Amino acid sequence: MLSRRSDLPLKGDATSRFLPWLVALMVYLSAIAVAGVLVLAGLVERWDHDVSGTLTVQIQPVPGEAGELLTEDRVRQAAELMRRTPGILAARPLDKRQTLALLEPWLGSAEVVKDLPLPRLIDVSVDSSAQLDLGAVADRLGRMVPGATIDDHRVWLSRLINLSRTTEWVAIAIMLLIGFVTSATVVYATRTGMSVHRGVIEVLHLIGAHDDYIARQFADRAFSLGFSGGMIGLAMAVPTLTAIGWATRRVEGGFLPSLALPLSGWVVIGLLPVLAALLSMYTARLTVHGTLSRLP
Amino acid sequence: MRHRPRGEHIIRFDSVGLRYGLGPEVLQDVTFALPSGSFHFLTGASGAGKSSLLRLMYLGLRPSRGRVTLFDKDIAMTRRYELPALRRRIGVVFQDFQLLDHLSTLDNVALPLRVRGVKESEVQKHVPELLGWVGLADHLHAKPPTLSGGQKQRVAIARAVIGRPDLLLADEPTGNVDDHIAMRLLHLFEELNKLGTTVVIATHNQSLVDRFSQYSRLHIERGTVVEPE
Ligand SMILES: Nc1ncnc2c1ncn2[C@@H]1O[C@H](COP(=O)(O)OP(=O)(O)O)[C@@H](O)[C@H]1O
Ligand SMILES: [Mg+2]
Repeated sequence: MLSRRSDLPLKGDATSRFLPWLVALMVYLSAIAVAGVLVLAGLVERWDHDVSGTLTVQIQPVPGEAGELLTEDRVRQAAELMRRTPGILAARPLDKRQTLALLEPWLGSAEVVKDLPLPRLIDVSVDSSAQLDLGAVADRLGRMVPGATIDDHRVWLSRLINLSRTTEWVAIAIMLLIGFVTSATVVYATRTGMSVHRGVIEVLHLIGAHDDYIARQFADRAFSLGFSGGMIGLAMAVPTLTAIGWATRRVEGGFLPSLALPLSGWVVIGLLPVLAALLSMYTARLTVHGTLSRLP
Repeated sequence: MRHRPRGEHIIRFDSVGLRYGLGPEVLQDVTFALPSGSFHFLTGASGAGKSSLLRLMYLGLRPSRGRVTLFDKDIAMTRRYELPALRRRIGVVFQDFQLLDHLSTLDNVALPLRVRGVKESEVQKHVPELLGWVGLADHLHAKPPTLSGGQKQRVAIARAVIGRPDLLLADEPTGNVDDHIAMRLLHLFEELNKLGTTVVIATHNQSLVDRFSQYSRLHIERGTVVEPE
């Protein structure tokens, strides 16, 4: 395609200098947007998978000397009640040491923490195929065991999913905007090129060239400029994404799930230069056809 | 109006008028018909409208009114995508040649073949042959800016005839060459005409027209075409 014959001297045009850099920037930004969306979606999916089969029961500790024993009692009652509820597979109370271990990333391991009135937790596994009426279960639990509440992970997970959806829409809007800016620039560059080469175009037209013969030459040029620009953008995006991935892996510390971009993400990002080139090509082609249709 | 049988006329104007933009009519009530295989001079003072009339003939302009019939097709009724096929049957030597300065002589002359999608092997065979015939065998790869006026003119003519046109239109082809070369060019056009091409040559060189007095004349005066006896 790049070696096809051209009668128009498009190589030396000013657009050859600025168009690739614009496309490079656009592909770079698209790559970052695509990576952001895919990483977030992957994150949500993994959390969803980890969390959908579980919920947590919290028991408020009873203050005072005798509190400790009473709290233990309530934990046992609640766990028993949960185990008898149809659709619940298991209920495992965490002892104080385990609870502290869970909280360590936030509270540290100082001695004082041990004396805090921490709520006690029961880890409950739910049969995800069963239609469990969580509201009813929570009501019953609250009535039978004072100070017990159900903490359903799905509530905050659904907020997270909403956030991820919103981000997806924002990214799609960004991509559309990027596509629009790229097209508009190609239209402008093509019109400029056509007016610079008006004389040549007129001769080709008058000796019987079809519009597409002329349009194809602009389209080929736009394709090669778009593609080379896209490759520059890709060459800039890959180190950026790798660096971000590396940096997040360092701070993760096992508390965030891995933020690695999936292979499919790399494939999509790898296709961006081709998409940019095709977009440039079709835009140039349509622009030339539109302009030529005004000739006699 | 009398209707003639198909194919008898290669081109025909009926009450054609032309204005540029909102300006006055440069041409008005132009009516004539050129028989297939004929040879004509188009004469008239500078600014009379010779180039404008040729532009209408090679479909570089649409008339403001009236009807142009080319190769038995009413141009106003012809679809846009059918026009290139008509243009390919016309060879034009433009007033200022309109050679493409960035292309070699060979590529300039090859253009009409290439826009038709003629195979490159054919192009490489026929174009050098024709350029040899007009005496430019040594300049196949020269760019127009390095050629003399007479050489450019021969390139322009070669480009106009490479596609074996049915109609050849030349706008002041002898404008800036000496008399000797002008005569040779006219003999070349005569040869083409003998092979069946209809030829129209616009010129304001009266002595040249007088020397070829056997050919008919279209004369533009006060914006319209008159056929002097
Ligand atoms: N592109 C144009 N726009 C406006 N007026 C034009 C244009 N071309 C020619 N004219 C006018 O049309 C008239 C005829 O011009 P032209 O056809 O070039 O005459 P000739 O070729 O006989 O010298 C002149 O008055 C000229 O000024
Ligand atoms: Mg003129």
